[in-house]
Amino acid sequence: MAEILAQVARIEGLAMITIRADLTRAGDALAEATGLPIPGPTGITTDGVRSLGWMSPDELLLILPQADKAQAMQSLDQALTGEHALVADMSDARAVFDVTGPRADDVIAKLAPVDLPRLAPGTLRRSRAAQTAAAFWRIPGGLRVIGFRSTADYLGLILSEAARPGTGLAPR
Amino acid sequence: MLILTCPYCGVQAEETELHPGGEAHLKRVGPDGSDEDFEAYLFARKNPKGVHFERWRHAYGCGKWFLAARCTASLQVFGTYKAQNPYPPAEIVDAIRAHRPDWQPDWTVQHAQAESPAE
Amino acid sequence: MTRTPPFRLAQGGRLIDRAFQLPFRFDGRHLRGVAGDTLASALLANGQMLMGRSFKYHRPRGPIASGAEEPNALLSLGQGGRFEPNQRATTTPLVAGMVTRSQNCWPSLDNDLMAVNDWLSPLFPAGFYYKTFIHPRPFWKHLFEPVIRRSAGLGAAPTDADPDRYEQAYAFADLVVVGGGIAGLTAARDAAASGQRVIVLEQAPHWGGRTPTDHPGGQAAIDALLADLSGRANVTLRRNTMATGLYDHGYLIAREAIADHDPNAGLPRQRLWRIRAGHVVTATGALERPLSFACNDVPGVMLASAVRDFIIDYGVAPGQSILVVTNNDDAYRTALAARAAGLDVPAIIDARPLADGALPQAARAAGIRVLTGTGIAKVKGGKHVEAAALCDQSGDGRVLETIACDVIAMSGGWSPVVHLWSHCGGKLLWDDQAAMFRPDPDRPPLGADGKGNVTVTGAANGDLACAGGLEQPEGATMPVWVMPARAPYRLRAKMWLDFQNDVKVSDVELAAREGYASVEHTKRYTTLGMATDQGKVSNINGLAILSAALDQPIPQTGTTTFRPPYTPLTLATIAAEARGEAFQPLRKTPIHGWHETHGASFEPVGQWRRPYCYPQGAEDRHAAVNREILAVRGGVGTLDASTLGKILVKGPDAGRFLDMLYTNMMSTLPVGKCRYGLMCNENGFLMDDGVVARLSEDSWLCHTTTGGAERIHGHMEDWLQCEWWDWKVYTANLTEQFAQIAVAGPKARALLERLPGTIDLAALPFMHWAEGELAGIPACIFRISFSGELSYEIAVPAGRGLELWQILHREGRDLGITAYGTEAMHVMRAEKGFIMIGDETDGTIIPQDLGLDWAISKKKPDYIGKRAQQRPHMTDANRWKLVGIESLSNKVIPDGAHAVAPGRNANGQRNVQGRITSSYHSPTLGKPIAMALVRHGPSRMGEVLDFPMPSGDVMQGRICDPVFYDKEGSRLNG
Repeated sequence: MAEILAQVARIEGLAMITIRADLTRAGDALAEATGLPIPGPTGITTDGVRSLGWMSPDELLLILPQADKAQAMQSLDQALTGEHALVADMSDARAVFDVTGPRADDVIAKLAPVDLPRLAPGTLRRSRAAQTAAAFWRIPGGLRVIGFRSTADYLGLILSEAARPGTGLAPR
Repeated sequence: MLILTCPYCGVQAEETELHPGGEAHLKRVGPDGSDEDFEAYLFARKNPKGVHFERWRHAYGCGKWFLAARCTASLQVFGTYKAQNPYPPAEIVDAIRAHRPDWQPDWTVQHAQAESPAE
Repeated sequence: MTRTPPFRLAQGGRLIDRAFQLPFRFDGRHLRGVAGDTLASALLANGQMLMGRSFKYHRPRGPIASGAEEPNALLSLGQGGRFEPNQRATTTPLVAGMVTRSQNCWPSLDNDLMAVNDWLSPLFPAGFYYKTFIHPRPFWKHLFEPVIRRSAGLGAAPTDADPDRYEQAYAFADLVVVGGGIAGLTAARDAAASGQRVIVLEQAPHWGGRTPTDHPGGQAAIDALLADLSGRANVTLRRNTMATGLYDHGYLIAREAIADHDPNAGLPRQRLWRIRAGHVVTATGALERPLSFACNDVPGVMLASAVRDFIIDYGVAPGQSILVVTNNDDAYRTALAARAAGLDVPAIIDARPLADGALPQAARAAGIRVLTGTGIAKVKGGKHVEAAALCDQSGDGRVLETIACDVIAMSGGWSPVVHLWSHCGGKLLWDDQAAMFRPDPDRPPLGADGKGNVTVTGAANGDLACAGGLEQPEGATMPVWVMPARAPYRLRAKMWLDFQNDVKVSDVELAAREGYASVEHTKRYTTLGMATDQGKVSNINGLAILSAALDQPIPQTGTTTFRPPYTPLTLATIAAEARGEAFQPLRKTPIHGWHETHGASFEPVGQWRRPYCYPQGAEDRHAAVNREILAVRGGVGTLDASTLGKILVKGPDAGRFLDMLYTNMMSTLPVGKCRYGLMCNENGFLMDDGVVARLSEDSWLCHTTTGGAERIHGHMEDWLQCEWWDWKVYTANLTEQFAQIAVAGPKARALLERLPGTIDLAALPFMHWAEGELAGIPACIFRISFSGELSYEIAVPAGRGLELWQILHREGRDLGITAYGTEAMHVMRAEKGFIMIGDETDGTIIPQDLGLDWAISKKKPDYIGKRAQQRPHMTDANRWKLVGIESLSNKVIPDGAHAVAPGRNANGQRNVQGRITSSYHSPTLGKPIAMALVRHGPSRMGEVLDFPMPSGDVMQGRICDPVFYDKEGSRLNG
C-alpha cells in the first residue's frame, strides 16, 4: 500500500494580525514592533516562532502564538502612533493547515495554479486552492496553507483528497 | 486563458486569479456633469479591435487593481501598470508602438506627463 | 472470399505479451486477448471484424484505423456507474474481465433491424431531416422528434453516477512537446540540452509513434532518444497523456489516463493537466486518409497503416488476403509487412500511372503484383470484404477484373494533425505538392508577448519522411479524391467520406448543388465531420469533394474550424475534484454544527448555508417558521447573523469616503452610534444596505448583506485604489473574524442581563453600540433591529461564537428562547415593511422607488449614484413605487405576480402596472402580507389590483401601507 503524499493537519493556536500602513514610512517601526525584518514583495520572514508575510504593497500579516497576541497588538498600536494605519486581529477569520511530507508539493500542485518547483523558501504566494482563496509558503518538511475559516472544511477536504496514497504526480 | 503580471506584487497570475473590470482610464462624471458626458462615462465604451486598456484586479492575490494594455485581437499583452496612472505611462506607449507602429494614443500628451502620485 | 483463421499470427506483435492471456466479454461472448492488446486488436484476433453500425443507415462497420482517429469501432464499456458509451476500441487498452458491447444495433450487431435504413438510403440524402420534418409544424414536437430521438444517437447515456475519482494538476514548462514519436523526442532532446524545463506528452501507452513500426532500426533510434531524455532532471516524459486543447497564452490542457478501467487500483481514473507552456512544439504526426471508392465502408476495408499496425504491433492478421490500394509509396510498406507475416497479397492497386520508387521496387522484387493507373470500382461483400472489382482510375468504373480478398488496405495520402496548432489561431497553408494542409510557419498562434508560441515538427509539419536516416526515398503522392476519376452517381452514392455519420461523396455534391458554398455550412447541412471523431479521417476528402463540386481550388474552400478537445473527454475529468462534498466550497458559520444537530433546514445564501428554519418533530417548514416568529414576537429568539458582511473602514479620510459610498451622511455619525445606510452604484441603482457603526474618531464598521460582503469590500477597494487613491483610507474585511448573534424579542434584554458582563444594556439606546465583555467573552453589542422587536446584535470572536450561542440557549430556556432562521427573519422584516436587497431590488431599483428618500442626503454635493438619480427616467413620476398589498382572498399572492392594467401592449400582452416583490403568510397578523412595486402606488391607497394567475384565476389585492405591524415602533423598546 502506497503512502499518502503528505500529512494534512489543521493547526490551531496561531494568532494573525493584519497590518495596513505605508510600509516605506512605517517599515522600521514595524520591524521593531514585530521583531522581524519587513519582507519584500511576496516575501515572508520568520524567526521560527513568529512570521511576517507580505500581503500587498500596504499590508502585512503577522503570525504568532495566540499567547503573544495581546502584547503584539499593543506594540503595533504604539509603533504606528501618528501614522495612518490599520491593525486588526484576524486570528479567528482564518484556517491553517500544514501539508508535510515528501510529496507535499504534489498536493498543492493539484489545487493551485502555481509553479511549485519555482516557489522559493521565504515566498508567500497568495492564490487559490481549487475554488477558495488560499495563501501558502514553505515550512520545514512541507508547506503551510492558510484559508478562510468558513471554508475550512472544504479546504481540509480537498487537501486530504489530493494527498491520497499513490497519487503522486511523478510520471508513471 | 490569459496570464498577466501584477505590477504590485510581480506575480504572473492566470486569468482565474484575476477579476476583470472593463475599460481603463474612464474619467468619473459627477453631479455637475452634462447628460452627454454622463452617458459617455456610464455607457460609451471603446471596444476596439486592437490596442485596449483595461482594468484587472489581482483578486486571488494582493487584491490590487491594475491596468493592462492588450491587443483584443491577438491577445498580445504590451504591459501592465498601476491603477494610479491617469494615462498609460510612456514605457507602455513605447511598448505598444514597438509592435503597432501605426497606433496613435487618443489622449493629449500634456496630460500624460502628469506624474502619478503613487509612483 | 470467406474469412478464415488464424487471426492471431504465430509470430510478431511488438506491443503484446502472449504469456498473459486476458479474458473479456463482447456482446455476451467470452473471448480472450493478450496483454498489450487494444480492444480492437483483441477483437480482430478473435476474428471479430464487425464492431458497430453506422449512425444513419446502420451499415455494418469494422475498424478502419488503429488509433485515435477511428470513426467506426465505438463500443460501450463497463456496467453500472462505470458504463461508458462510444469508446474507441482502437485506443482502449484491453483489461482482464472487461465487459464490452456493440452499439447502435437491435436486436444484435449481426441482425440490426434499423439496417432497413440502408435499403431506403436513396430516400435519406443530406438535409433529409430539414426538408422532410418541417411541416406540419406541431408534428415535429409531438411525432417526429420523439421518434427520431429514439432511433438516433450513438450508444446510450449512463444512468448511474460515476464511482471513480478524477483529479487535476497544474504544471509549468518552458517547452511542451506534444507527441512522443521520433520528431517529438528529437525536439525534446535538442531543447533539453539547453537546460529548459521540458515536458513531453504522448497519447499512447508507448513511445515512438510510427517509427518502430515503419522502419527497421526504428525502435533502436527511439530507445536511444529515450535513454538520453530520461537521464535529464529537466525533462518530464508522460505517456498515456493526450493533449486535448491549446488555449490562449500557452495554456495546454491534457488528459492523463491513470487507472482507466482498472478501478481496483485505488487511483484517480484520469488526471486533467493544466499546463502553462512557454512554448509548444506539436509533433503530433499525420493521419492517413481513406480513398473514396464505392462501398469503401464494408468491414475489412481499412487504412493501410492500420493494417500493418495490427500485423506488426499486435501480431494480428486482419485478414488472410490483403489487397492494397494506394496513391502513394507508403502503403507498399503494408504489402511488404503482410507478405513478411506470411499473408497473401494478391495485388497492389496504385492509382498513379507510374510507381517505381524504392518501396514499389521492393514489392515487385517480393513477387507482389503491382497494377498502376488502376482503381477500385466497387467492393464486394456485405458484412465483410469478399472481393474488389478493379477499373481504370481515369475511367468511369468499367470493371476490368475482380480480385478475391478479405481485407482492402487503402491509402489516400496523409494529413498532418494540425488540431493543436489551429485551436489557438494558427493558420494553415495548402501544400499542392503533397496534397495536404499544413501549418503556415508565418502565421502561428501567438503568445502573451505577441510572438509565435507554437512550432511544428515532423509529419505534423508535412514532413512525412521525418525519421531521418531511417527513411527510404519515396515517390510523390498523387491526389485522388474520387476513385475512379469519372465515377458515375451510382458509384459516388456509395463512396463514404464520413463513416460514422454516413456522409457520402454524393451528399457533399448535393449540398454544393443546393447552394452551400461555405465549408462551415456544408458541414452542418451534411453533418460531415460532426461525429465523435470530428472528421479526423473525413475532413480533407470532404473539402476536396466540395471544392471540385464548386469548381474552386481547395485553399479557397478552406477548412472547418478545429476546436478542442482533440478526442472526447469525459465530463468527470473536467470536473476533477469538484464533485460531491467538494463540488463547491460551502461556507459555514462558527455555529453551523449546532444548527445541524438541532435539525436546521438549510438554504444556500451565496456559498453560505444558513438555517432557513428549525423544524421540530413532525413540523413542516411552514409550521416551523410560524412557530419561530411567534416565539420572537412573544419572547426571545436568536438568529445566527455571522454571515453579514463586516468591513472596517479607517483613516483620516474615512468619513469623507463613506459619504461618497452611502447615499446618506456617515461622516456626521457620532462615535457610539449606528446608522442605516444605502449603497448605490454609479447607475444609481441600490446595490446593498446595512447598518454602519462609528467605532472611533477615524474608524467605522460597515455591515453589508450576506451576499454583499466580498462584493462591497471589492467595491470600496476599487474606488479607493482607482479613483480616490490619494485619500487616506484603509479597509479590512472582518466578516469571518466575528460570529454575530441577533437576540430579538421583548425578553431579549432580560435574557442578556442574566449574563455577567460589563455593558449596561439599560443605558444602550436604540441605534447605539457598546464594547465590553459578555459572559466572559469580548463582545460588541449593537442595538439594532431587523425584526421590529427589542433586539441586540452581538459580535464576538468567531472562535467563541458557538460558546455564546450555547450560553444564551441555556440561560434563556425558561424564557422560551427559540432559534429562528432566515425565513422567520424575512417574514418579520416584511411585517415591518423593511426592504430586502434582492427581493425589493433587482438591479434596476433606486432607493427613491422604495420610499427611502429619508436615507438620501440632500445636503451632500456628491455620492456614488447621485448623478444617475438625476436622470429623467429616474425622476419620472411614473416609476413603480413600494407599497403594501393586502390579499382579498386570504391566500398569499405569489411572489413575482404582476398587477395588470387596462389594455394590451404592441405584442398583444396585457399591460402591467406593478408586481409583488415579497409575499408571506404573517403568523403575527394571521393573514397574508405582501410588498409590491406599483405605478403611483403611494397615492393609490385602498385601490384593488388584479393579479392574474397562470391557472387563469385572478387574485386581488388592496394597496396599503407597507408597514403592517407596530407602525409606531413601540416594540423596539421591548
